[in-house]
Amino acid sequence: MKWDEFFVTGEPMIYGAMVSIVVASLAILIGLTYFKKWGYLWREWLTTVDHKRIGIMYIISALLMLFRGGVDALLMRAQLAMPENGLLDGQHYNEIFTTHGVIMILFMAMPFIIGLMNVVVPLQIGARDVAFPRLNAVSFWLFFAGAMLFNISFVIGGSPDAGWTAYFPLASLEFSPTVGNNYYSIAIQIAGIGTLMTGVNFIATILKMRAKGMTLMKMPMFTWSVLITCVIILFAFPVLTVALALMMFDRLFGSQFFTMANGGMDMLWANLFWVWGHPEVYIVILPAFGIYSEIISTFSRKNLYGYKSMVWSMVVISLLSFLVWAHHFYTMGHGVMVNGVFSVTTMAIAIPTGVKIFNWLFTMQKGRIEFTTPMLYSLAFIPIFTIGGVTGVMLAMASADYQYHNTMFLVAHFHYVLIPGTVFAVIAGFYYWFPKLFGFRLDERQGKRAFWWIIISFNVTFFPLFFLGLKGMTRRMYTYSESTGFGPLNLLASIGSVGLAIGFILLVYNIYWSFRYAPRDTTGDPWNARTLEWSTHSPVPEYNFAIEPTVKGLDPFWESKKGGHQLYEGKIEEIHMPNNSGQPFILGIIFFFFGFFMVFSWWVPAIIAGIGVVVMLAVRSFERDHGRHIPVKEILETEARLGGEQA
Amino acid sequence: MKKLFPVKHVMGYLFSLILSIVALSVVFFDLSVAAGMSILLVSAVIQMGVQLILFMHIGEDGSKKALYTNIAYALFVGLVTVFGTLFTMIWGYQ
Repeated sequence: MKWDEFFVTGEPMIYGAMVSIVVASLAILIGLTYFKKWGYLWREWLTTVDHKRIGIMYIISALLMLFRGGVDALLMRAQLAMPENGLLDGQHYNEIFTTHGVIMILFMAMPFIIGLMNVVVPLQIGARDVAFPRLNAVSFWLFFAGAMLFNISFVIGGSPDAGWTAYFPLASLEFSPTVGNNYYSIAIQIAGIGTLMTGVNFIATILKMRAKGMTLMKMPMFTWSVLITCVIILFAFPVLTVALALMMFDRLFGSQFFTMANGGMDMLWANLFWVWGHPEVYIVILPAFGIYSEIISTFSRKNLYGYKSMVWSMVVISLLSFLVWAHHFYTMGHGVMVNGVFSVTTMAIAIPTGVKIFNWLFTMQKGRIEFTTPMLYSLAFIPIFTIGGVTGVMLAMASADYQYHNTMFLVAHFHYVLIPGTVFAVIAGFYYWFPKLFGFRLDERQGKRAFWWIIISFNVTFFPLFFLGLKGMTRRMYTYSESTGFGPLNLLASIGSVGLAIGFILLVYNIYWSFRYAPRDTTGDPWNARTLEWSTHSPVPEYNFAIEPTVKGLDPFWESKKGGHQLYEGKIEEIHMPNNSGQPFILGIIFFFFGFFMVFSWWVPAIIAGIGVVVMLAVRSFERDHGRHIPVKEILETEARLGGEQA
Repeated sequence: MKKLFPVKHVMGYLFSLILSIVALSVVFFDLSVAAGMSILLVSAVIQMGVQLILFMHIGEDGSKKALYTNIAYALFVGLVTVFGTLFTMIWGYQ
């Protein structure tokens, strides 16, 4: 490593980015000092173990990463808007599509989903926090350390450039000698540890901390989807952990797992990557199904159609998700038998997914549908996702896939699955649960305007890519000649991407506007909803429920509003809550530096940071922290301030 | 004091270290492929037992149904990953 290679040089855009990073960091530091907010930041946020605040931090990080990944996308679309465009060179384009993919999947979709899980699941099951609140904070700070480590790669050392899949042999030391793919193997590993702990934490929470009377088959559908997602996380992420560790050994220590010589097997990386990678798709999409189920049921004023079949289809999807990975590399050259088997399993996934689509449609049938912003996203999801699903079945046919493989058709397909399947869902969930966290709704008129911008522009951006793919345009091409005829459709797609950007700006503006001007909601139940989280105050007090609720059936809050049983029986007692701690934040910082030193193979500092991690674990092991108790008087005061007796 | 000492964890830690050394010895003593693989396989199975019993406290919980569901799911994913990989990468490869 030469020092003149430490910072990325020679690109005006990168210099611009460096300047803006420095300016933004200075602005934050000065702002915090000027407004005397350091103590507030430390006490209320950096050390918090409250699931709601951790959820909010996840969602803010996800929105920031959406911006970063979105800028990457706009740069790619700008480059492809015209034939033989010279905006980006090949290397720069490679780095941008790589970081776009990694960031959107691992640092935008995942934390957005996990953020909503954090906010909603304990409230939905009537719990006061997750099972292991401190571990939850560790999860967040490890994710954040990984995300930041990955993001600095574009100014320090250079970004990874072998695609988000980082296939070998391209990603090996021989063909990618810069530190870019070291960042890939280490930053994702650190964030992945956090994700695994989230999986453990939420399984324990959902299995052990449900309200009295809430059996498994009386859980809200979002909680069910999170449970199944966490099971997939628990079983799929270890494969990624091992694959990334082997990649790190290959790149840092000269082992030969994925090389083409000395007994290594380059395609084994692709194999292991997709053993994790395909379940990962369901990790980001199943919670989305849960979100849509809640929203569609609420705004149709009906209970969910086919509850049991919804649960079973998710269980079947979770099992099938482990049986389809080889469809990502049909063209590798294995035999007819392998491709045949994986074609069949892949097409089989369409069955449980179809069951869910019909269940949502039947839920709406004869319902009194209310067209709120979250409901609009849910309604748009159904047809758009179905286009993504049907093109997925086209790709699932191995023999036909030889035509589509790695073309823009594939790019269009997975954007048609992941954007309605995940992005629309988290936006819908964000609109839906926002009033629970902050005590007011985001403005509906502005929300709908942003919705129409996003929906229309999404189709303008990605529908032309189906045709470009069928015409033979491959993915990851950084330029094309005019004679290919790809120009007009690419220009159309690029225009669409500008519309998408406008849509997201409107969405962010709506958040700002609503913070200042939206009327406050005092009921705690602005949508006339059905599940437990709406039965407590908005914003939710730190202990969630003054009295632990008792549940008799599905949609307990709805039933109690319709004159059923009392949710809250008994009197207020003092509440045991966990203490805040700075340790998770410090651990995250140490992990960040550990990763950074590993990326550059600076062994002595890396070993020191590694010892730091072990010391932090030891400190935690010998710590005695029994939490604190909130006295009855304080609870009564809080309850009175937030709007009197509970329903 | 006896109750406070985490016997199981310390035992598990020692067993894990010993099993790792045994696995490493396969490389250092230059064993034949068959002998090496059988040593690795046996120590892997024991390692799995150590992890499940001493660290994960399997069977200490009353609920047998959750336990069996969990093990069945884990076995399913583990076997699919191992044999599926062999199937795609070696047996089914032309």
